[in-house]
Amino acid sequence: MTAPARTVSQGRAFLGVLGRDLAVTGKEFGSFISQVLVQPFFLLFVFGVVLGQLGYVTPGYAQLLLPGLLALNAFFVAVQATALPLVIDFSYTKEIEDRLLAPLSTRLVAVEKIVFGAMRGLFGSLVMIPVGYLVLDRVDWDLAGLPFAALLLVLGSLAGGAAGLVIGTLVSPRRINVVFAVVITPLLFTGSTQFPFLQLENLRWFQVVCAFNPITYVSEGLRGALTPSVPHLPGWVCLLALVASCAIFGYVGLRGFVRRALD
Amino acid sequence: MSTQATTRPSPPARSDAGPAVEVVDLVKRYGRSGRPAVDGLGFAVRRGEVFGLLGPNGAGKTTTVGVLTTRVTPTSGHATVAGIDVATDPVAARAVLGVVPQRPNLDRSQATTSPDELSGGQAQRLIIARGLMHDPQVLFLDEPSTGLDPQARLFVHDRVADLAASGVTIVLTTHDMDEAAKLADRVGIVDHGKLLALDSPSALVAALPGEATIDLVLTGADAATVRGRVGELRGVAGVDDRTGETDETVRLRVRCDGEAGAALPPVLGAVAATGATVHQVELGEPTLEDVFIDLTGRGLR
Repeated sequence: MTAPARTVSQGRAFLGVLGRDLAVTGKEFGSFISQVLVQPFFLLFVFGVVLGQLGYVTPGYAQLLLPGLLALNAFFVAVQATALPLVIDFSYTKEIEDRLLAPLSTRLVAVEKIVFGAMRGLFGSLVMIPVGYLVLDRVDWDLAGLPFAALLLVLGSLAGGAAGLVIGTLVSPRRINVVFAVVITPLLFTGSTQFPFLQLENLRWFQVVCAFNPITYVSEGLRGALTPSVPHLPGWVCLLALVASCAIFGYVGLRGFVRRALD
Repeated sequence: MSTQATTRPSPPARSDAGPAVEVVDLVKRYGRSGRPAVDGLGFAVRRGEVFGLLGPNGAGKTTTVGVLTTRVTPTSGHATVAGIDVATDPVAARAVLGVVPQRPNLDRSQATTSPDELSGGQAQRLIIARGLMHDPQVLFLDEPSTGLDPQARLFVHDRVADLAASGVTIVLTTHDMDEAAKLADRVGIVDHGKLLALDSPSALVAALPGEATIDLVLTGADAATVRGRVGELRGVAGVDDRTGETDETVRLRVRCDGEAGAALPPVLGAVAATGATVHQVELGEPTLEDVFIDLTGRGLR
């Protein structure tokens, strides 16, 4: 007797693979949360509290910084969650081959990697909110802007996951350290996280550089939604730029993934 | 057919009568490099059969399994698993096939034990269990016992036999002729991406000239001279030179018709006539290795 064919829908298979990745994150929750929190916590503490108390930055600076750090975490945590495991998977452990045998198109496996990275990014960004409330004396947010802020964070996380797919499929494990040093560090400081984009008018070249960083549009959009008194880019520009980032990184990343997955 | 159509709506042409695996004129060329890894391979595996692909490393076995398990895109040709074209419908194919890969690829973040802490045999057990979880119709095992200790190897062999008994079709690759002879109902011998022979192990061996073998280790004469003398004897079907490059002695395998014991005295006499000294004599029966040497003129490893 032959077993009857199992007609598992691709949707169920997708959720199965995603559920597996999330379950693993759940198991390593402690190390995940420390990876996510330590860097932004210190940025917030030093720039928002220490420098403020020493009088080097104005008291309002922390208000400007917190949305930027949310944006930064959304994108960065997603990049790392997608890129690093893929580099190792494709080169050493070959764990990815197991995923590629799921009854799921190869492209959907890549999309799962993006979505998984994005979920971690979104989570990493949201945990910054209570941290902000704990570290800073006061947080003045326009709560009416929360839905739009949430949308921006989702898009920023997805763009990060897609960028991680690009890095994860293009970079060899020998070069991943170099790539993280030369790509990630500049991204960290050109995402308008620590300053409002529009006030860079006297540093035009730097403003142009920042315009190429997707994090800029998450930071600026969040300021527009949550702290509208800080000068910021219009919301539709941010939305458009983030959708474009998702599309471009997604296209390149999916191509790279299929090329690596199939011989 | 009518009842099947209602319970199995999606994949077309999933008739139980057809072969479990079919490969037709399969070619795989990596990049633009010259010689294809798989060069016009073709075979069919019956349902419920244990099918072995036997060949040296680099023969194209893993590439063939790669195509069949949707990991490798064929350059040309046609391959189906359970009637499903693996190139045009990989998603449906993945639902009916299981894979035990050549290299262990267990999740590093497995429940309580990391796979790094498992022994090779334990890891292989887990990998086989994983490959069977979705109740596949065809299970592919790529070099399933390479690198395993004898005990784990035996476990893998037992599992393959059990699975075959339960009706799962099994395709395994190996460069180990004993493994192929022991496990496979039929063996396809592959070299340089081409199928050289395909039959049951006993039929392959039976097709060789000679029914018994005499292995000789000797010194004091060159191989060609001894081969010439011995080869002329009545009852000798052929003489293979098995001297390794680093061997200081000459190693010959004499294939003889009928019983080895009967052929031994004249063979030893002929060797002595060349002035050579015999150090070792071993009588045996031809194996798949002899089939491979007969087909390619060289050993499996």
